[in-house]
Amino acid sequence: MKLKGAEVLIRCLKEEGVDVIFGYPGGVVLPIYDALYSSDIKHVLVRHEQGAAHAADAYARVTGKVGVCLSTSGPGATNLVTGIANAYMDSVPMVAFTGQVPTGLIGRDAFQEADITGITLPITKHNFLVKKGQDLVRTIKEAFHIARTNRPGPVVVDLPRDIMAGDMDFNGYPNEVGLKGYRVVRNCNMGQVLLAVETIQKAERPVIYAGGGVIGSDASELLQELAIKMKIPVATTLMGIGCFPETHYLSLGMLGMHGTRYANYAVSEADLLIAVGVRFDDRVTGKISSFAPHAKVIHIDIDAAEIGKNFGVDIPIVGNVKQVLEEIVPRLQPCEQFTEWHRTIDRWKEEFPLTYSESHEEGRIKPQYVVEQIYYATQGHAIITTEVGQNQMWAAQFYKFTQPRTFITSGGLGTMGFGLPAAIGAKIGRPDMTVIDIAGDGSIQMNIQELCTAVEQRLPIIICILNNHFLGMVRQWQELFYGGRYSYTDISVQPDFVKLAESYGAIGIRVKDYQDVMPVLQEALTVTDRPVLLDFWVEREANVFPMVPPGESLYNMLGGDEE
Amino acid sequence: MKHTLSVVVENQPGVLTRVATLFRRRGYNIDSLTVGRTENPNISRMTIVVDGDDVIIEQVTKQLHKLVEILKIYDITEEPTVDRELALVKVRADSQIRGEIMQIVEVFRARIVDIGRNSLIIEATGDENKINAIEDSLRPFGILELVRTGKVAMLRGAK
Repeated sequence: MKLKGAEVLIRCLKEEGVDVIFGYPGGVVLPIYDALYSSDIKHVLVRHEQGAAHAADAYARVTGKVGVCLSTSGPGATNLVTGIANAYMDSVPMVAFTGQVPTGLIGRDAFQEADITGITLPITKHNFLVKKGQDLVRTIKEAFHIARTNRPGPVVVDLPRDIMAGDMDFNGYPNEVGLKGYRVVRNCNMGQVLLAVETIQKAERPVIYAGGGVIGSDASELLQELAIKMKIPVATTLMGIGCFPETHYLSLGMLGMHGTRYANYAVSEADLLIAVGVRFDDRVTGKISSFAPHAKVIHIDIDAAEIGKNFGVDIPIVGNVKQVLEEIVPRLQPCEQFTEWHRTIDRWKEEFPLTYSESHEEGRIKPQYVVEQIYYATQGHAIITTEVGQNQMWAAQFYKFTQPRTFITSGGLGTMGFGLPAAIGAKIGRPDMTVIDIAGDGSIQMNIQELCTAVEQRLPIIICILNNHFLGMVRQWQELFYGGRYSYTDISVQPDFVKLAESYGAIGIRVKDYQDVMPVLQEALTVTDRPVLLDFWVEREANVFPMVPPGESLYNMLGGDEE
Repeated sequence: MKHTLSVVVENQPGVLTRVATLFRRRGYNIDSLTVGRTENPNISRMTIVVDGDDVIIEQVTKQLHKLVEILKIYDITEEPTVDRELALVKVRADSQIRGEIMQIVEVFRARIVDIGRNSLIIEATGDENKINAIEDSLRPFGILELVRTGKVAMLRGAK
């Protein structure tokens, strides 16, 4: 059957189960947009390509499917770059299609030409430039396969205009991929599994350190089974939030730089650390040489290159987290009793709870209070996206997450401007869920144009700006480590967010009194047809505590013990 | 310590860039890298000499394995191999000292492949040590230009 390249692309996407594309049109992708015009695949028109990448990323995180974004060549493609890097750092399955100038013009600095496969080489799991029509179908198959299997990640497929506009034979979508150099990890080493079982059984002070890999492999239930069966306390990374209910008595919350004191103390005192789907990031370990100093370490991860990359471990197990836990958990004899270890942790929890002073100053609210009220207003049942900085850490600390795929945040790259487009992607992926972006006044301005996308799509997402008129996290570091020299972090000059929201056709409400927080949130939750932007004026110089200063060990935490 | 990795890759445009980018991005040091087609035109073989301790070599190997177009990686540092490098050396040589240079060339079983008015080009093949030695021997005469291919290597026997 003869079809245009763009029509073949759409057919292949349908075969892959793609039902939504986040994109922005342009010159060389006209043939693709023409094919989309008569397709039943939903296309969400963003207002900047970065928004498309973040929305596709968040869509993938909430649904577990592969997110898809589309841009034109040159500037369209380079605008995706931050979003691609973001998905790469957080191991999110995504396929980014970029238009490219016609094959005959590649390499000649044609109008809107950029070497996007070259540019994205170090920030993609793999990328392709389709140079011949006959390679198109196979390439799409491989791109989706690579994006979703093993350690997921973004794949870029660069599509020259002539291939999209030209006719080609389409003989159906293949069932198999023929990648010789890429094998899906299917088994784990049973010797290591048995060793892990024996070690877990014998441990006296075990701690689970769980990360994004648990959520990515849909292993949250198994992890909970492991923890509850063996009565092992669970600390999660930022990316692991939601894989274990934070309301459970075994939960230690988050560990690391802004983790709880009890999580960091537990890891520091543990005799066994079960590291599951994690990569020993510097924000988690603090000073690496004094991380978990008394612990034997079991490290389960699908990416062999993560084993021993940052931290030497005792029992490495390379494999899909879910499959490995399926082998480990049934082999364990349940732990029947609470021990001295649990009592020690309970004492830490009593002594060093995650808390803040509730004295609100006139016209300013405590930011942590806002996050807590969001938790109460949604009864803990919502998808929370965040921007990056203090807002992100307070969201991680003070909202109690109980479900996987409900905390959507830019962990590895730390991308300001992620939260709003992520909320759009999340709401489109999970229209049944309340979606709230916990934002800062700095970050929200980085992709504020996506408010227009949300209005056009009639998405009732709620944006909660914790507005301290500062680039708060950088200001905090300046206060703590640079003698209070607030170099270029005061952003008191800013738009009137309420009017800005209204000009986009959204609802905007300013809140300066803590007593108004709950009523306004409840009102926002009743809106069904448009976004609501809540501009909470929060205490200007509130800090995120506790905090491990950069380069220090997890034992040396600032704050969170006196307030 | 220097390790020699023999890496079998799909012969596709961009593979060399992917490997080079990986080394640059992760901060590993390439001592030398050669690449060429094998008996199968769809497959190329790279010989990469990397300087680093065991931890670094393990990381290099694991990261290389993640590249989709890489088929196999052998660390042949400790294996019995034949390895060769080729060098071209242009050396200053007026008529009085040509005889002396030619003697050196003979000792190393190298060849003179070009004669200019005041210079010679010498082609030498051998393992790294031999090439280093001939370079050292010729240096006193004045090396005008030098180019080395980097190492190619193959396991001995049927493997």
